[in-house]
Amino acid sequence: MDCDNTRGLLHAYVDGELDLVRSLEIEQHLQGCAACLQMWKNQQMLKASFAEATLYVKPPPHLQARIQASIRGAGKANPAPRTIPWRLFAFAAALVLAVALVPMLARVLSPSSSKSDSLAQEVVASHVRSLMANHLSDVASSDQHTVKPWFNGKLDFSPPVEDLSAQGFPLIGGRLDYLNDRPVAALIYQRRKHFINLFIWPTTDNSAVAAQMETLQGYHVYHWTQPGMTFWATSDLNTTELQQFVQLAQSEGH
Amino acid sequence: MREQDKATHFEQAVLQHMAAAYNLARWMTHSDQDAEDVVQDAYLRAFRFFDGFHGGDSRVWLLSIVRNTCYTWLHQKQAHEPMAPFDEDLHSSSCSDLDPELLLLQSVDTTTLKEALAELPVEFREVMILRELEDLSYKEIAAIAGIPLGTVMSRLARGRGRLQQSLAARMGREKEA
Repeated sequence: MDCDNTRGLLHAYVDGELDLVRSLEIEQHLQGCAACLQMWKNQQMLKASFAEATLYVKPPPHLQARIQASIRGAGKANPAPRTIPWRLFAFAAALVLAVALVPMLARVLSPSSSKSDSLAQEVVASHVRSLMANHLSDVASSDQHTVKPWFNGKLDFSPPVEDLSAQGFPLIGGRLDYLNDRPVAALIYQRRKHFINLFIWPTTDNSAVAAQMETLQGYHVYHWTQPGMTFWATSDLNTTELQQFVQLAQSEGH
Repeated sequence: MREQDKATHFEQAVLQHMAAAYNLARWMTHSDQDAEDVVQDAYLRAFRFFDGFHGGDSRVWLLSIVRNTCYTWLHQKQAHEPMAPFDEDLHSSSCSDLDPELLLLQSVDTTTLKEALAELPVEFREVMILRELEDLSYKEIAAIAGIPLGTVMSRLARGRGRLQQSLAARMGREKEA
């Protein structure tokens, strides 16, 4: 091994990073080359200086507690990063709490809306149930004159049944369902792959209430009242088309 | 994993390396307070990424995060005077790196060595700290600094060369004084 090669590998040699063969080659070269030997001695001296010197800076005693506290804090506030100023974080937390509290307060202060909310939940649950277990319709027919008489004897009222095929919402059947503690009529309409459940039952209220929409678990729910009859329509169809359906259902004499 | 379990598991894995983390951060930032902040920040980052740590050497893993946190800190601190990207060639020059005429006839005292080491460019300083104070292998240093093995070797060689020059100059001044 020559001087250039030796100098190139000297640090790796000093650090014990060379394999045995090359280490032996370097040792052999150092025995016969004073200049390279001096370099090696310099490095040995430098290493010795590092070993003797107290260069290692010890952490202050409180650092461990500080780190542990911040980790435990991060664990609780996860995934909020530490870089978020705590004041901002507190404000955001208060805001989240306030937003969560508003509907709760509204429910406490307004029992009627609470009833309506839970009814909407019932409507959605019934819709979901109807899509499962192959129970979409008890009477499968696109003929309103078949579906309407089917309800006779099963309900104490006669629901209005209209086929809306011409408008793009074919009637596919009817079903007896149970909502708001009473048997109700469920009419099933289809729009492409989407089903719409239209629940109808009588009400003592003779006023008309315009359709209101809410969304629950990804289902849109429309609710309106016509004199003597209440209507709930729900589907996963987009709101534009569902609203179109609702307008048709309202105008077709429902 | 529950957050509390994760925190306990995390602490068992990496809290033992806090001295190494602090030492590296202290040598890279030159400030007690900044080193504390950097280490705390690095631990929080490590905690966030802990799910992605699948065994291996937890000291190497933690030190790589500390090292990166240090660089982030250095860049932020020097934002008003942008740090020139480290040029390997620029610092590789002279064969005087290994000038046999620069004799170190005696071991150097701590204060002198500390001063000389502190003045090295941070790219040399970090590999020197990891090698001489942490006694890490070239492979481990390469993993921590995210550089090839050959670069670890050349940075160590150049770093030592510069340190040697600096020490010789300091000791020469001392003799003259």
